[in-house]
Amino acid sequence: MVKQIVKALDGAKAVAEAMRQIEPDVVAAYPITPQTEIVQTFSQFVADGLVNTEFIPVESEHAAMSACIGASAAGARVMTATAANGLALMWETLYIAASMRLPIVMSVVNRALSAPLNIHCDHSDSMGARDAGWIHIFAENPQEAYDNTIQAVRIAEHPDVLLPVMSMQDGFITGHGVERVEILEDKAVKEFVGEYKPLYSLLDIDQPKTFGAWAFYDYYFEFKRQQTDALSRVPQVVKEVGKEFGDLSGRYYDLFSAYELDDAEVAIVVLASTAGTARVVVRKLRREGIKVGLLKPRLYRPFPGKELVEALRHVKVIGVMDRSIAFGSIEGCGPLFLDLCASFYTYGNGKGPQIVDYIFGLGGRDIIPEQIESMVKELLHIAETGEVRQRVSYLGLRE
Amino acid sequence: MAVETKINLKELASKPEKFAPGHRLCAGCAEGIIVRQILNAIDDPVVIATATGCLEIATSMYPNTSWRVPWIHNAFENAATTAAGAEAAYKALVRKGKIPDRNVKFLVFGGDGATYDIGLQWISGAFERGHRIVYICLNNEAYMNTGIQRSSATPTGAHTTTSPAGEVVPGKIQWRKPITEIMAAHNIPYVAQASPSHWRDLMIKVRKAVATDGPAFINILSDCNRGWRHDTATTIEVSRLAVETCYWPLFEVENGVWKLNYKPREKKPIEEWLKMQGRFRHLFQPKFRHLIDEIQARIDQEWEKLLERCGEK
Amino acid sequence: MAELKGWKELPIGATVLEPGSSAEYITGTWRSQRPVRDEEKCTHCMICWVYCPDSAVIVKDGKVVGFDYDHCKGCGICAHECPVKVEAHAVTGKPGKVIQMVGEV
Repeated sequence: MVKQIVKALDGAKAVAEAMRQIEPDVVAAYPITPQTEIVQTFSQFVADGLVNTEFIPVESEHAAMSACIGASAAGARVMTATAANGLALMWETLYIAASMRLPIVMSVVNRALSAPLNIHCDHSDSMGARDAGWIHIFAENPQEAYDNTIQAVRIAEHPDVLLPVMSMQDGFITGHGVERVEILEDKAVKEFVGEYKPLYSLLDIDQPKTFGAWAFYDYYFEFKRQQTDALSRVPQVVKEVGKEFGDLSGRYYDLFSAYELDDAEVAIVVLASTAGTARVVVRKLRREGIKVGLLKPRLYRPFPGKELVEALRHVKVIGVMDRSIAFGSIEGCGPLFLDLCASFYTYGNGKGPQIVDYIFGLGGRDIIPEQIESMVKELLHIAETGEVRQRVSYLGLRE
Repeated sequence: MAVETKINLKELASKPEKFAPGHRLCAGCAEGIIVRQILNAIDDPVVIATATGCLEIATSMYPNTSWRVPWIHNAFENAATTAAGAEAAYKALVRKGKIPDRNVKFLVFGGDGATYDIGLQWISGAFERGHRIVYICLNNEAYMNTGIQRSSATPTGAHTTTSPAGEVVPGKIQWRKPITEIMAAHNIPYVAQASPSHWRDLMIKVRKAVATDGPAFINILSDCNRGWRHDTATTIEVSRLAVETCYWPLFEVENGVWKLNYKPREKKPIEEWLKMQGRFRHLFQPKFRHLIDEIQARIDQEWEKLLERCGEK
Repeated sequence: MAELKGWKELPIGATVLEPGSSAEYITGTWRSQRPVRDEEKCTHCMICWVYCPDSAVIVKDGKVVGFDYDHCKGCGICAHECPVKVEAHAVTGKPGKVIQMVGEV
């Protein structure tokens, strides 16, 4: 474990700090609340000569990802950041970046998609892009946002992977929330991320290659299959990088983290910062003798269904908390619920816990311990009586 | 700026072609002619970004590629930005000593659809930021690859499938967008208009553009015999006549100074050019004939304005 | 179809590793007419070379030596733009230019 210093940083500044230490070759970014601090802070680093990075202040998010694709194809290590409608605007380029197997690392500060316009946290933005072929990793707090950014570079650039990574943190809650963050030494980060050696480069003048060729129905399918193949290798890479990072920093990372889950009868499954609130509730209820546990997924895409089923199969009832609605899905549920149900169907041998979904926090609606407690009470009711009163419920919604 | 203006075709023909045959461009397509003229005119190592369109589709059908230079296609509107990203990467990697500086030039090819319409923001942004890219617009005056739909480059009176000539409407109503002027208004160091019929002028312009320390833009008239409806053999003749009628003037704007490169000895009437192309055939009906006069008037007006701008009056 | 590679063998990302691989695709079958040249009268001005969209005019040591009929699409631009007149073309016998188009058999 190396020497680290403690700084008071919000999630955005923590990511900017990680970016400074990684020192990517190119950053092309466009401002959007609540990501702006990342780009502003990084710009100041550039202006102060603290990073040897070509910073492109593009004129839109679509241009940001377009430039990232050009730069990454040219063999540069590329990073960017966005949120909400900015992510939505670059939708076509997300698919292109993943399909062209470019290891771009993008920080997404989760914010609600319009309409109505809302600058606060929910997961509708990155969830809307869950089919694009990117790797999705979620952070609970600024420390994780910092740690994930550094690991993301290694995961993306791994020769078995070569896929872009979206590294999420909750808008405002984590992005603007100042917390205690342990920062590694610059040298340690540089050594950890190492040098990027592109597989193919646009700047290879002597052996020119064609990038982004179009493919007829006689070839397209095969390239998509290759992407699934690469994604199948991601969980192992995430675990390996997480362990290596742990050896370096003392903070070990895996596909998910579990709290009081081993003997739990009911479990909460929730992403990102709300896991922190849920943990407080679990601790309180445990003191009252209630066997409740918490599972916080970290890797969301590819979805580590097998591992989650392993960790949760003994539980009687699972309450999934979704911070976005996958509109039109059964009963108005959210994406995490869909993924988890599909996982149990696939890996559960026809047996498994009851799973219910709780939509919460949309547009930054606050989620408080009492609401999670009431949810656990309902999970316990289901465990006791087998009665599911409502498959999809809402926390904090005014009826 | 000082570039080699001597062009010896035999010398150029002795060098290996950077653009391979076997591409799927239509017989007689000006884009093939233009790309060859451009790549044969320069010796610098190039990296090319191309927007979705005829050229991109015809030259990159997996697993074939007609490109013997590094080449990338990203999406329809973002070729300029893709090149800008590659250019930035080049600067960064050279500065960090990760790759040698081989004086690589970044070229962008985009059709009129990509340039005048869907990609205008992306080009404007790249130009404003001052990237060292050369943007070549291959203007065939419509969305040709998808079957001849109108773009803002389509001339007034032209028939396209989305601005069709019918019983009551004589083809496209609006005048074409003055894109070369718009690019010049960005105050980039080099802007020009060219035609493959005047290959010497085109090649010198490409050399100047590539030598520019900053963004450069060349708008090249790219005849499409399919969409413009004429025989495959007359591509260059139609292009030449476009210049001779002052429909497509050859000029350049170097560091804000406008210069006319070619003044036809005898300015031909636009009717001669319209007559050569099936896309204007309906204009010769009595009910639409007045449009030809209107088009001529507008061409004359723009020509006079250009002459003044270039200090030719 | 049996020659097409499976997903495990193809380079990732649809990147084409071989430059100019389109040359192996024969576009010569597209044409319905082909250019023929009066070799003696040709001045090797290179105009046909500079106007060919398909690099189908073969030049060696500063002289036009022939046409790449594997790729020539028979557009006729070379014949149309050729600046040299002949009274009796060596191949067609007709008056016209050094390059003339003849119907493909």
